[in-house]
Amino acid sequence: MLFQEAVMNSTFSLVPLVVFLPILGILLNWLFGKRLGEKGIGSIASLAAGGSFVVSVLLALALLQNHEGAHIPLFTWISVGNLDLSWVFRVDTLSVTMMLVVSGVSTLIHVYSIGYMHEDVRHQGEPKRFRRFFIFMNLFVAAMMILVSADNFLMLFVGWEGVGLCSYLLIGFWFEKGEGGLGNAKAAKKAFITNRIGDFGLLIAIFLIFWNFGTLNFAQVFEMVPSVAQTQPGVLMAITLFMLLGVTGKSAQIPLYVWLPDAMAGPTPVSALIHAATMVTAGVYLMVRTQVMYMAVPGAQQVVAWVGAITALFAGLIALGQFDIKKVLAYSTISQLGFMVAAVGLGAEVAAIFHLTTHAFFKALLFLSAGSVILGMEHGLEAGSHGHGSNHTDGSNHTDGIHHDDPQDMRNMGGIRKKMPITFIVYLIGALALAGIAPFAGFFSKDEILVAANQGNMLIFVVLVVAAFLTAFYMGRQVLMVFFGDARSDAAKHAKESSLLVTVPLMILALLSVLGGGLNFPGVHTLEYWLEHTLEIPHATEFIVPIALGSLAVALVAIFLAYLVYGRKPLASAKAADPLAKPLGVFFRWMNQKFLVDELYQAVVLGPYKKLADFFAYPVDQGVIDGLVNGMGSLTVSLAGALRKLQTGFARTYALSIFVGIIAILVYLLTRI
Amino acid sequence: MPLGYFLGLSAIMFTVGVLGVILRRNALVIFMSLELMFNAANLVFVTYASYYQILIGQIFVFFVMAVAAAEVAVGLALMVAIFRTKHSIDIDQMSSLKG
Amino acid sequence: MTRMIDIYSILPVMIVAGWALLLLVVDLWIPRHRKGITALLAAIGLAIALGFVLASSGNTILGFNQMVVLDGFSSFMQVLFLVSGMVAVALAYDYIQRMNINHGEFYVLMMFSIAGMMLMSQAYNLLMVFLALELLSIPLYVLTGFARTRLESEEASLKYFLLGAFASGFVLYGTALIFSATGQLDFVGIAAVVTAGSANSVLFLIGAALLLVGFGFKIAAVPFQMWTPDVYQGAPTPVTAFMSVAVKAAGFAALMRVFLVLFPSLSEHLTPILWVMAALTMIVGNIVALAQNNIKRMLAYSAIAHAGYILMAFVAFGNGEVVGNTVAATLFYLVAYGLTSFGAWALVIVIEREYGKGILLDDLAGIGKHYPWLGVAMLVFMLSFAGVPLTMGFWGKFYLFRTAVQAGYIGLAIIGLLTSVASAYYYLRVVVYMFMKPGEPKLQINPWVSLVIGVAALAVLLLSLIPWTILELASRAVLLLQ
Repeated sequence: MLFQEAVMNSTFSLVPLVVFLPILGILLNWLFGKRLGEKGIGSIASLAAGGSFVVSVLLALALLQNHEGAHIPLFTWISVGNLDLSWVFRVDTLSVTMMLVVSGVSTLIHVYSIGYMHEDVRHQGEPKRFRRFFIFMNLFVAAMMILVSADNFLMLFVGWEGVGLCSYLLIGFWFEKGEGGLGNAKAAKKAFITNRIGDFGLLIAIFLIFWNFGTLNFAQVFEMVPSVAQTQPGVLMAITLFMLLGVTGKSAQIPLYVWLPDAMAGPTPVSALIHAATMVTAGVYLMVRTQVMYMAVPGAQQVVAWVGAITALFAGLIALGQFDIKKVLAYSTISQLGFMVAAVGLGAEVAAIFHLTTHAFFKALLFLSAGSVILGMEHGLEAGSHGHGSNHTDGSNHTDGIHHDDPQDMRNMGGIRKKMPITFIVYLIGALALAGIAPFAGFFSKDEILVAANQGNMLIFVVLVVAAFLTAFYMGRQVLMVFFGDARSDAAKHAKESSLLVTVPLMILALLSVLGGGLNFPGVHTLEYWLEHTLEIPHATEFIVPIALGSLAVALVAIFLAYLVYGRKPLASAKAADPLAKPLGVFFRWMNQKFLVDELYQAVVLGPYKKLADFFAYPVDQGVIDGLVNGMGSLTVSLAGALRKLQTGFARTYALSIFVGIIAILVYLLTRI
Repeated sequence: MPLGYFLGLSAIMFTVGVLGVILRRNALVIFMSLELMFNAANLVFVTYASYYQILIGQIFVFFVMAVAAAEVAVGLALMVAIFRTKHSIDIDQMSSLKG
Repeated sequence: MTRMIDIYSILPVMIVAGWALLLLVVDLWIPRHRKGITALLAAIGLAIALGFVLASSGNTILGFNQMVVLDGFSSFMQVLFLVSGMVAVALAYDYIQRMNINHGEFYVLMMFSIAGMMLMSQAYNLLMVFLALELLSIPLYVLTGFARTRLESEEASLKYFLLGAFASGFVLYGTALIFSATGQLDFVGIAAVVTAGSANSVLFLIGAALLLVGFGFKIAAVPFQMWTPDVYQGAPTPVTAFMSVAVKAAGFAALMRVFLVLFPSLSEHLTPILWVMAALTMIVGNIVALAQNNIKRMLAYSAIAHAGYILMAFVAFGNGEVVGNTVAATLFYLVAYGLTSFGAWALVIVIEREYGKGILLDDLAGIGKHYPWLGVAMLVFMLSFAGVPLTMGFWGKFYLFRTAVQAGYIGLAIIGLLTSVASAYYYLRVVVYMFMKPGEPKLQINPWVSLVIGVAALAVLLLSLIPWTILELASRAVLLLQ
């Protein structure tokens, strides 16, 4: 027994490796990458991520023995007063679940990236950036691991900022490309700034926590929550809502979701890993981690649930009107994150984590398959232009907003099913899982959220059901537009299946998307029993047959409708309008233009802000403040000159100065006595 | 004699010494003024050594004399060195370092 | 009766003093061109004493009828003095050859001065305080004028001597008044008389004020600071470096020992005086430094300013609750300031072509480009001096400011903060000259000086990351003070 315990504890103390293996990968690639070539770089990076995964599996195995987990201190950086800045790793069922998801999906995506980036760097004409890509990816893994393994709010914030930085670096990976040579850089900047707004909220929440609880340690804070909820409910409300602001930034919820669609400017593996599977779920993780605080203030929970539900619906509507294959998936991600956030708001944390996990599988799968499609299209584009000269239309007719050589535009696709059979099958699996068709993973996890909504708030339930309907519908639309019908461009005609390095990770992810539902299978509830050692589970999830059948029916109807609209009569050509455009009229335009939210922000927030900034920059700063500062500066300098003159160089003056000092002191003392 | 007299004399000696340092320009005279300050303190020591009947006050005076001798030795050596380069011991002429 | 334990309590001081006497004789047989041997022997003597200090640290002994004390505070200070001495020897070795003032007495005098400082940290009797003060000062007057026949050295020496003796006069008279008020000279006896309330309060208070003047002179607090820039500029640069670190530390050692043991009861009267002195010292030091072109002078004013920061924490010396923090913060700051200071002075030595030449800001131009490592080291020192967050200087200031705020001197802390911001201007100007002005610097690089710069820079960097190690040592030194 004793021996077993010793083994277990030593297993727990492996946990720093989940952060340091990726960092080792960075160092190796940074120092030796130049000599190693692409295969070497990719292998090191993948092994580093894979090593993290292996460690996570070991931790999970050890946790099976000892459910309580452990706190592994790495070092105390400094403790000032009662602010204790230590780096402690927290090993419990929740953090290890996140580690497994993050490192597992990362490993697959790293492997996939070896193949994908090999093509991409050549397509973009910068083969040297291959190494940089993998360094950033490993950096991301390290930062994400810091985030999920943190034992206090400060380390969590370090990881939170770290992943934000990686996200920024990777969105702007092709920083000189994009619209007008600035598009990608702008997208990166937008993501960064929007996230800073959210981070600001999180930072305020952390300050408030420290101010009111006197500590940043999770366990200590959570212990005090009940008493604080008694005495200062307002404070707790403020903390949770500011934290929610942080969540809306990182997890792309209303109102801060606008950065995520633009973030698709990054290479596709980045979209899959960071902007679908892992980083954007950090907000959900944060709320699950701090569940005790949210449960103590029902008002905040309501807000959270509504933010999630409305985001789910709103993003689903926008997804319906998009033509870019990745944009559809991006809005779908926002919508699914909305489901998770709503689940947290409804007190169904297990369902949220469950959906987070299955979503990581199938959304990563969808993005990677979309990447495979894009690669195929790029191939086709090159093959087409080589084989047939340049007979595809150039950018002259932009009135309908189509770029006819855009390899991401679904209107240019069609009939890919036959060209890329493997990609088609795995994409179909992912789409069915996302749409919530039994027995794929998404069905079970989404069902749990719907059950929680049904028991909690009927209005939210209805909203979520509509969102689920939209999900199935836009996925049906996408699959039909991309894979069925006839090729609508030369690129699609000459598309070619991707290499094994790309397709094997897809197959693994497809398998996970099929089987992922087993994690918390109705009646078995593995995940729930696993997480209950860390989380409070107010009421066990039930499997309610009518709801399950109902949601299945909704999804099937939606897919059938999608078939009626897009399948029976596929788009005739790349220039044809969307069949929904006519019946929905203006509304479709709105959906296509994302309800003009970006423009709204531009007009309401950014414009006035810029004016204000100009005002502060020129009249105020350069006039008043600079004047003041310069005035102070010159005053100080002239004072220095004057004081300097006192230093005459005569020893007798110095003695006089001492004498005057003494007289002053004595006179002062004599007045006091 | 009352203690006040001794203290008064010592205070006068000390003040004269301080003023001498501040007002005189000849380095030798300044040295003498410094000695005056030291001896003013010595006077206090011996006075109170006899008042309290404690020996250490008198012993202190011997130490002060020794230290003062050492100090003067260094001071005079300095003065000689300076006189060689500058041909003057007027301390007001030594004011090249300032500001 | 002299007991073994008495000898044991001041053994390191005896070793340094005895070794210096021996060295004075041995040096006669060492030829002029091989004075490196003397330097080496001096360093060995200091190292042996350092070994004994470390071996005897952790004890608390009152020796020689309570004339001297050995405690954590004195051990901490003595380590500081001895290490400073060794660094000064390393800095001086090449310098005094270059400046053609290569006499073995240089090292001997330095050792005598160190012996005085060490005794100062152990003094537990006003007679010992006076003797230690003179023992540390007189060799320094000579060292300052060591480059004789060079007028600036002689002038500096004369000024230092006259004003130093002037200040000693005040210390002596203050001691005499305290003796007259209490009839005692040893700290235990005085404290007992004061507690019993049988001391003459007026004479006692005036005596305390006069002692404050004397110590204020040693630490260069305004208005007793005026000798500092001139002496620092005129003295041979290694001597200046030694003074700016060790003498200042010795001054603070005396100030703390005497004031914390003898005068807590006077804090009501003395605190306002210290408040004004601290504020003036920070303001004058930092502001006048802005107007300097000569790096030696600039660093001299900077040294004044840093004494002001320490004094700021010392204002609360009578507040029993924070006084522990005061001492810990002061000791920490002396270490931080000492390391940084030696690094900066070493750079002055490197650029000083001839005695007192080539040490203007303009002479720094191009160093960053031609000697990047030197430039980076200097950058570290300047950032630490300026107290840029997360440098060692920052932590030092942080602890000082925290103490001041704890004691309720918020106004003083604000003055400190503002002047500290102003100081960034002249520190960063050094960096700007080094890295942004083009130039062809001609440096006199010597392995020993390089070693000092490198070790100081590494130590500052390392201790910036783990400041609490030194703070912990300093806090332990405090416990044994009284």
